[in-house]
Amino acid sequence: MSTVKLTVNGKAVSVDVEDRTLLVHLLRENLNLTGTHVGCDTSQCGACVVHVDGRAVKSCTMLAGQAAGSNVTTIEGLAKGDELHPMQAAFRDNHGLQCGYCTPGMIMSAVDIVHRHGGKLDEETVRHELEGNICRCTGYHNIVKAVLDAAGRMKVAQAAE
Amino acid sequence: MYETTYHRASSIDDAVAQFAKGTESRFLSGGQTLLPVMKQRLASPSDVIDVAKIKDMIGIDVSGDTVTIKAATTHYDVAQSEAVQKAIPALANLASMIGDPAVRHRGTIGGSLANNDPAADYPAAVLALGATVKTNKRSISAEDFFKGLFTTALEDGEMITAVSFPVPAKAGYAKMRHPASRFALTGVFVAKTKSGDVRVAATGASQSGVMRVAPIEQALQANWAAAALDSVTIPPGGLLADIHGSADYRANLVKVMGQRAVTAAG
Repeated sequence: MSTVKLTVNGKAVSVDVEDRTLLVHLLRENLNLTGTHVGCDTSQCGACVVHVDGRAVKSCTMLAGQAAGSNVTTIEGLAKGDELHPMQAAFRDNHGLQCGYCTPGMIMSAVDIVHRHGGKLDEETVRHELEGNICRCTGYHNIVKAVLDAAGRMKVAQAAE
Repeated sequence: MYETTYHRASSIDDAVAQFAKGTESRFLSGGQTLLPVMKQRLASPSDVIDVAKIKDMIGIDVSGDTVTIKAATTHYDVAQSEAVQKAIPALANLASMIGDPAVRHRGTIGGSLANNDPAADYPAAVLALGATVKTNKRSISAEDFFKGLFTTALEDGEMITAVSFPVPAKAGYAKMRHPASRFALTGVFVAKTKSGDVRVAATGASQSGVMRVAPIEQALQANWAAAALDSVTIPPGGLLADIHGSADYRANLVKVMGQRAVTAAG
């Protein structure tokens, strides 16, 4: 057992876990942040994507100990109170989800994509960069639409700040 | 995953010392291969020594005709590096094709080389460019480093600290990606050194891991053009055959990827 100290969604937390604990299990089981999902558990599907120090990573492929001292953002940390993050709002408005299982990971990856590409995002880039996130319902079409829509909204929101 | 004990190393010396204390230690860098293998219970290290936050293990240095990438530098950082893009664009391009964005944010060059997966991308660049693998003990030439499937010249407790690539006159990389795993079904790296030698390496093709491809090297030495490979035949003997592709299919892929790599190199 080790004590892992990290910041999750802006709050400092300290958790006692077995050394073999994966970050996704620390989030779900110790912190009850069950928005982050485990899909394939083999680093393929992306349902478990969270941000660690500002970068999208697969939390099923990272030990909790590796995240010690880091800043972690999960799907629960995106909205400001009742106001959805522009990416969440765009997924809702564009019907970018059906069963919703992949959605938290999709949204965390999508926010990362927009952060990295800024205003230069086009459809081809979105489709290419979402290759680490698997959706079995939508056929991706509305997800791609949502990401491009959100990219515009995030630019506007940034300009307003 | 079986139980293990996690250590975060503060320096290269600390990592090596912690490794020596465990009964069956493993170095852990980005963990994009080791952790999945541990989850499948195919590996059960007593101790994992996290080297990814050691300052001396991260960074890229270009000086003169050499690009040195420290071992815990992520694929994302190599792909994004303007210095690498300028000195060896094929290397930055190769890094940008590994896995997916989230994997590239964690996976490292040292981890990839130490693991030496027969379908990994970096071994092709290291062998074709004639790079040198630096460890905490010595420098190992690419020719001496790769020893077959998942096997390298690294001794127990020896750790890769950096990789030095000589800047080539020209280089290109092309791969047929497995659509699910994004590993190379076959990938070919072609390079022309500044002294004019042509070196070509293929990954994902041979049963013994990354390999030089003599017929392509000879053809490109005579004429650096994709068309020069039209009449080249790659023998299928010793090539991988699995549900994704037969040895004959891979033999043809080596040639086709070689042609695309030359075109990419310009």
